[in-house]
Amino acid sequence: MRFLSPSTLQEALEAKAEHPDAVPITGGTDVMVELNFDKRRPDTLLDLTRIAELSRWETTDDGGTRLGAAVPYSRIITELSAPAPGLAKASRTVASPQIRNRGTVGGNLGGASPAGDALPPLLATDAVIELASTRGTRRVKARDYFLSFRTTARRDDELITAIRLPAPTGPQHFAKIGTRNAMVIAVTSFALALNTEERTVGTGIGSAGPTPLRAEAAEDFLAQEIDWDAPGPLPEATVRRFGELVAAAARPIDDQRGSAAYRRHALSVMARRTLTWSITDYRKEAAPCA
Amino acid sequence: MSATTVTDLTSTTRDGIGASPLRPDGTLKVTGEFAYSSDMWMEDMLWGATLRSPHPHAEILAIDITEALKVPGVEAVLTHEDVPGRKRYGLEFEDQPVLAYGKVRYKGEPVAIVAADHPETARRAMERIRVDYRVLEPITDSRRAALDPHCPLVHEPGSIPDHPEYNQRGNRLRHQPIRTGDFTQGDPDAALEALRARADVIVADEYEVGMQDQAFLGPESGMAVPAEDGGVDLYVATQWIHVDQRQIAPALDLPQDKVRVTLAGVGGAFGAREDLSMQIHACMLALHTGKPVKIVYNREESFYGHVHRHPAKMRYEHGALADGTLLYATAEVIVDGGAYASATPAVVGVASSLGLGPYEIPHARVDAYGVYTNNPPCGAMRGFGAVQACFAYESQMDRLARELGMHPVDLRIKNSMSQGSRIITGQEVDMPLPMAEMLARAKDLPLPPDRDTLPDPADLRTLPGGVAGTTHGEGVVRGIGYGVGLKNLCFSEGFDDYSTARVRLEVVNGEPVALVHTAAAEVGQGLVTVKGQIARTELGVEKVVIAPSDTNVGSAGSSSASRQTYMTGGAVRTACLAVREEVYALARERGHVPAALDEEDLTLTGGKIVSRTLGALVSLTDLLADGTVVEQTREYHHRPTEMLDPTLGQGASHTQFGMCVHRAVVDVDVELGLVKVIALDAVQDVGKIMHPLQLIGQIQGGSTQGLGLALMEEIQVGDGQIRNPSFTDYLIPTILDTPPMRIEVLEHPDPHSPYGVRGAGEPPTLSSTPAVVAAVRAATGKALTHAPVRPEDIVGITL
Repeated sequence: MRFLSPSTLQEALEAKAEHPDAVPITGGTDVMVELNFDKRRPDTLLDLTRIAELSRWETTDDGGTRLGAAVPYSRIITELSAPAPGLAKASRTVASPQIRNRGTVGGNLGGASPAGDALPPLLATDAVIELASTRGTRRVKARDYFLSFRTTARRDDELITAIRLPAPTGPQHFAKIGTRNAMVIAVTSFALALNTEERTVGTGIGSAGPTPLRAEAAEDFLAQEIDWDAPGPLPEATVRRFGELVAAAARPIDDQRGSAAYRRHALSVMARRTLTWSITDYRKEAAPCA
Repeated sequence: MSATTVTDLTSTTRDGIGASPLRPDGTLKVTGEFAYSSDMWMEDMLWGATLRSPHPHAEILAIDITEALKVPGVEAVLTHEDVPGRKRYGLEFEDQPVLAYGKVRYKGEPVAIVAADHPETARRAMERIRVDYRVLEPITDSRRAALDPHCPLVHEPGSIPDHPEYNQRGNRLRHQPIRTGDFTQGDPDAALEALRARADVIVADEYEVGMQDQAFLGPESGMAVPAEDGGVDLYVATQWIHVDQRQIAPALDLPQDKVRVTLAGVGGAFGAREDLSMQIHACMLALHTGKPVKIVYNREESFYGHVHRHPAKMRYEHGALADGTLLYATAEVIVDGGAYASATPAVVGVASSLGLGPYEIPHARVDAYGVYTNNPPCGAMRGFGAVQACFAYESQMDRLARELGMHPVDLRIKNSMSQGSRIITGQEVDMPLPMAEMLARAKDLPLPPDRDTLPDPADLRTLPGGVAGTTHGEGVVRGIGYGVGLKNLCFSEGFDDYSTARVRLEVVNGEPVALVHTAAAEVGQGLVTVKGQIARTELGVEKVVIAPSDTNVGSAGSSSASRQTYMTGGAVRTACLAVREEVYALARERGHVPAALDEEDLTLTGGKIVSRTLGALVSLTDLLADGTVVEQTREYHHRPTEMLDPTLGQGASHTQFGMCVHRAVVDVDVELGLVKVIALDAVQDVGKIMHPLQLIGQIQGGSTQGLGLALMEEIQVGDGQIRNPSFTDYLIPTILDTPPMRIEVLEHPDPHSPYGVRGAGEPPTLSSTPAVVAAVRAATGKALTHAPVRPEDIVGITL
């Protein structure tokens, strides 16, 4: 096995261009497990840990956050709870403290498992992924990134360099089901974000389909139902309908972690609860201005 | 002067019985420096690997190893044809092939073994072994295997050793009936109808316990080193080195003394190391190649490479009078032994004799079955047989209490056994059994604070789901549940599981030192510390050296059945007493003890022979200064037990009984089916506390393992295939799933055991599971008849 360890992004992009099948590795929390379990035998590993800029985040001109692909979850939790609340909440649910010190959003996007904890909030908040190659850098919406099971819009010569997270304009929540109270792969998960400027709703569903999913009908329905000028508690029927629409958007299977029926049920409950929390937060934020 | 006993010396010897000296291996384990069996390494060693069956049931038509042998670096590829001696082995039945021949009977069964200069080379060679299978329909339904006479057979007729006392028939490898009261004569169905007519309340249901894994962290591993005498030295993580030796030697066609076994660092056991795994394979490869061979299973392989807890299907019926008095009970318990017997007959012996628990029931009818199927083999795991039955009978007691409008503790106390009671086999409980007191204590323990009185009731870490953020309190309901279980301790049914200890006393560097040598396996339970404590207390010395456990001393029996403190502790004590007697005799001979002084007047304390009347007589340093070595080897046997009779199931089959009571408090998110255990408190009688710190650790660990079985731990098997062979999907409790535990320990000594001890490791594993499930039932109102409880069960989704 070849092990490439470039020290600059340019070198890394050149290496990736030369070895398009090279598997990038930063925290190794996914790649190393696959190697150790004999699930995968890549010819080339491309170590990105020496490229400092991938481990930085910065505030962009529009007030959003540009998150380097190799910033570990533990830093997202401590440093980005305000500018990226949904992603920070999801980061808290990732595995164990040791894994959170190593694991990265870039790795979650690279592996593109439907169970990736960071992925539903990226869908819900309409995050944008930067894909770089020697040919240049392009931006792809998270919502356009996941094509099919573990297949993404990233081309073979591209590296995931950053994730652009829009500045939050409303509440963001995340909830994840596991059959123990920590260190568990999602049975299913749900992210919700209200965009009060554009008056839109974002959703993300994890572990209930071949890719992370959006519940677009639920988003449209809720955007119509919320009184964006004077948010009040939603009628119970509306909350319930939102839950049903989220559950209907899922495409779950029965597997060793849970049944399809339970996943749909749990999604409807999580959708109802995160909606109720979001409206409560929204009313609190809106109250002083009213 | 009042009479004193030997144990009164405790206070005068540091780190003796009753103290909590630290484990000698504790710091090494915490800092990662301890050498586990998987860490062993030798200069010229080879790596062994095991090719396993991909099918749960298939005929082997041909095995072709030609291509595998061509891989550079491969030194041996062996199949059943290369087994030098007996082709089958087993703990109780010699029914398991060393390497499969003719047929494979479970997925993961070893078919061929490889030795190579690198694990990767061995892996590549295995890919080149061609095995032609004719796939057969697997037999996977244990009830059908037990009860349907037309069920196809897992083993060919005549190929399994005949044990008429086990009522074998078809796939049944043991059926143990038990009959008492009106069930002993006449038409049993008529007796049942008559009892039903007399009962004011009847509860009946079916229960299931899933296949639990021992989930030890150190995978199966060991190293076999060929010896110049044609024998082999095996270093291995196991639970009973002599029973390994007894099974390995015939397979290798070697005399027992040519197979020398030494215990290597064990990373947990819980029953899974009672059976052989890689032992014979490593020895075969080592003898074949003439080089040391190391085998280490990976985690997935480990799930196929050891036996699990028997899954059980159970039908129970209890009838009671209106005041709560139990009138009768019937039980059918079917445990799935999988492809090979392992400990299944013993599991049936426990599941039947303790099948109705610690309750006075005048009329009982129990049928326990252990069966062969093509599922993964099941064998020993902490509390075997009793754990499964306890979940069922305790669930029944809760149902009965609800039907009667009684508090579940009151119903249990009303029917509780005590010293002098007889269990359903007719065996008298001839030792203290303060069950009513224990239940009352558990009920009276302080409860954890209500959710709304917490400093921050919205702190996610206190809620079901934790920081996964599924609830801020919505849907959360609290429940309380109780459980009590009765466990046999030490081996049962006529088995003389004696232990041997060699104790040597000498002066080294001007200081008296005791050397304790046994073959007992330290598997994490702390026997290594207890052996030293006993020697210090009995010999009055501070310095004790514990020799490595190996076959150079007699058998210590298994580190299982909660028996090592009792049995090997008893052997160490007996050997110490013999050493002490010899020391006294030596002192008399050398004129240090006045002839008139009675033996009763002497003690060994503080490194001296001390007379109670005359004071210190001579120090051991002086007495043994000339290099005299005092050494004694002793066996310790517990009192004999009997087989259960095969018709009515009567007989004093058990050595000792242990009991633990649990009270669980849970918060359940009833909409999502997620559970947070808030408290799991225990009351246990251990007879005598030998090492307070380790004892609490045992009770906490047993309680947690039971919690795991209640809420998450299940090997999911479908069509003979394991669906979750990893710690990603086989979940065990984390610290965030494990609540604070209040533990009350009682000391009512057993008059039959050394120091009055009662085995402590297993009883908490029984009672914790039903207590937690009862608490979830109390919160949800659901019947919850399957352990572990799944979120689907709580929210009402049929699986």
